[in-house]
Amino acid sequence: MEEFFQQLTNGLAVGSIYALIALGYTMVYGVLKLINFAHGDLFTIGAYLGMTLLASFALHETIGPFLGLIVLALMVMGLVAILGAIVERTAYRPLRESPRLSAVVSALGASIFLQNAVMLIYGARFQVYPEDLIPETSIDLFGLYIPVVRILVLFVSLALMAALFIFIQKTRIGTAIRAAAIDQDAARLMGIDVNRVILLVFLIGPALGGAAGLLVGLQYGQINFTMGWTYGMKAFTAAILGGIGNIPGAMLGGLILGVIEALGSAYISIAWKDAIAFFVLILILIVRPTGLLGERVADKI
Amino acid sequence: MKDKSMYIYGGIFAVLAVAPVFLNPYWVDVLNNVGLYAILGLSLNLIVGHAGLFNLGHAAFFAVGAYTAAILNTLYGIPVLWLLPVCALTAGLFAGIIARPIIHLRGDYLCIVTIGVGEILRIALINDLFGITGGPNGIFGISRPTVFGYVIRKPHEFYYLIGTFLMVTIFLFHRLENSRFGRAVNYVREDETAAEGSGINASHYKLAVFVLGAAWAGMAGDIFAAKMTIIAPESFNFWESVVMFAIVILGGSGSIPGVLLGAVLFVGLPEVFRDFADARMLIFGAAMVVMMIVRTEGILPQRPRTYALPEASNAGGNP
Repeated sequence: MEEFFQQLTNGLAVGSIYALIALGYTMVYGVLKLINFAHGDLFTIGAYLGMTLLASFALHETIGPFLGLIVLALMVMGLVAILGAIVERTAYRPLRESPRLSAVVSALGASIFLQNAVMLIYGARFQVYPEDLIPETSIDLFGLYIPVVRILVLFVSLALMAALFIFIQKTRIGTAIRAAAIDQDAARLMGIDVNRVILLVFLIGPALGGAAGLLVGLQYGQINFTMGWTYGMKAFTAAILGGIGNIPGAMLGGLILGVIEALGSAYISIAWKDAIAFFVLILILIVRPTGLLGERVADKI
Repeated sequence: MKDKSMYIYGGIFAVLAVAPVFLNPYWVDVLNNVGLYAILGLSLNLIVGHAGLFNLGHAAFFAVGAYTAAILNTLYGIPVLWLLPVCALTAGLFAGIIARPIIHLRGDYLCIVTIGVGEILRIALINDLFGITGGPNGIFGISRPTVFGYVIRKPHEFYYLIGTFLMVTIFLFHRLENSRFGRAVNYVREDETAAEGSGINASHYKLAVFVLGAAWAGMAGDIFAAKMTIIAPESFNFWESVVMFAIVILGGSGSIPGVLLGAVLFVGLPEVFRDFADARMLIFGAAMVVMMIVRTEGILPQRPRTYALPEASNAGGNP
């Protein structure tokens, strides 16, 4: 039973990272109906930027580990957000009115570009995060020993998701984003600057993805330039699982996927770990073709 | 106009027919790869270009064909060229089984499912499913193809084998494009609801075109296995699917000359960029974005269908 709870908490931590990345996919899809294949690579860049900033500023030593990590996370999120906006400007905006599959090829091109840029800058080998950042102790929780870093990951990502949820649901700008996702033309008629909404989405999504990259670096200590593909695909699967375009759906999908994957690789087979997510996806899509929380879209005639 | 393009195609054909005489084996092999990707691109073009189905896992069907050929050839010694229909059958069957429950899904859902199927298959191959796929090392010792007792082994010999296969593919797919089937599939892509309203069973046509494209990729897999004599799961990863997909969209989806040009660019360009070494793929990715922005419909897009106006005397009796 203890093994089960260990895997469960581990799955929730990984799942919350998937959920953070999935939010970027689902928000972009919501307003542009575009699969942003470069999103996984923005996540990778977040992880690498975190490592570089840690090494060059050593904030955790000068202003304390807690404040240091917060400042670090904000810096990473800001930088990745700017990069996300640049990608939107260069690779997606010129293709806004063109066939959708053309934009997909452009997105794949952007992904290849970013991935290889990371490889050229940092090298193809695994890079290691500094080790002494977070104490390697475990917290005793009802007789269950959970590593501090796992709790940190879960807490930070849930906090970010809650903040996003409130932002989208309660603020005027959030309402504008939801409106643009439902009907761009109608939103424009209501005086919403859709271009700014799209830009905003391309700032928020990559910022969350960058934060997820930093969290992965902190949790596993090892990063590689190809990891954006694995995490990106799992996160995209999570977004589809929850119903793409649906923000709570992405959060739910990510958590479910993380838990199923952790339990599956523990109790079924570790060799099939990366295939489990896709099996679950296919099964769910057969039963619910629009995902768990996706709404049925009526065909327009 | 029609005559002019005939001259151009005739000229290209004549140049390609004698090309191996003037090229060294390395470049002939590059041309072989172009040919193989052109066949794969054309088969995917049926699915993505003509039916508008979002398939980013085409390498899976290519893999099924290649592994069918490899397993049957190494275990039972059946000549690889005899296995062409068997490979088409297994790849088509595999596509039919997986596509049947998902073909009605919205475009982007289909995309992730096809990616997922490709990944599941690759992982299954690495994990040595049923103990016959050879695990991560793959299968080696596939025999060379023989045509009337003549063994094909050098690059320029493969050049003519692949070339023949490509010509047959172009001819058949061109006929298919202009058939009732081709028109129906295009109609489904343009407006599924209207097509249904005109009595076209959209799911049926989508499934048929998906299976046909997959079966063709299976045959390409057979040729690939015979050419390499060794196949491994990593030859069929997501990147291969991306290349095939980009060949179709970038070349011009739904257009045979476009897809052929796309194959030349995608296999040829990395060879030209070879001098950039590590930065090769960086430039490649940037080139994909730039080309897509410059030619949003692809380099040679599908031309609208044109029909001759019926003569005034037999108006209404147009076949």
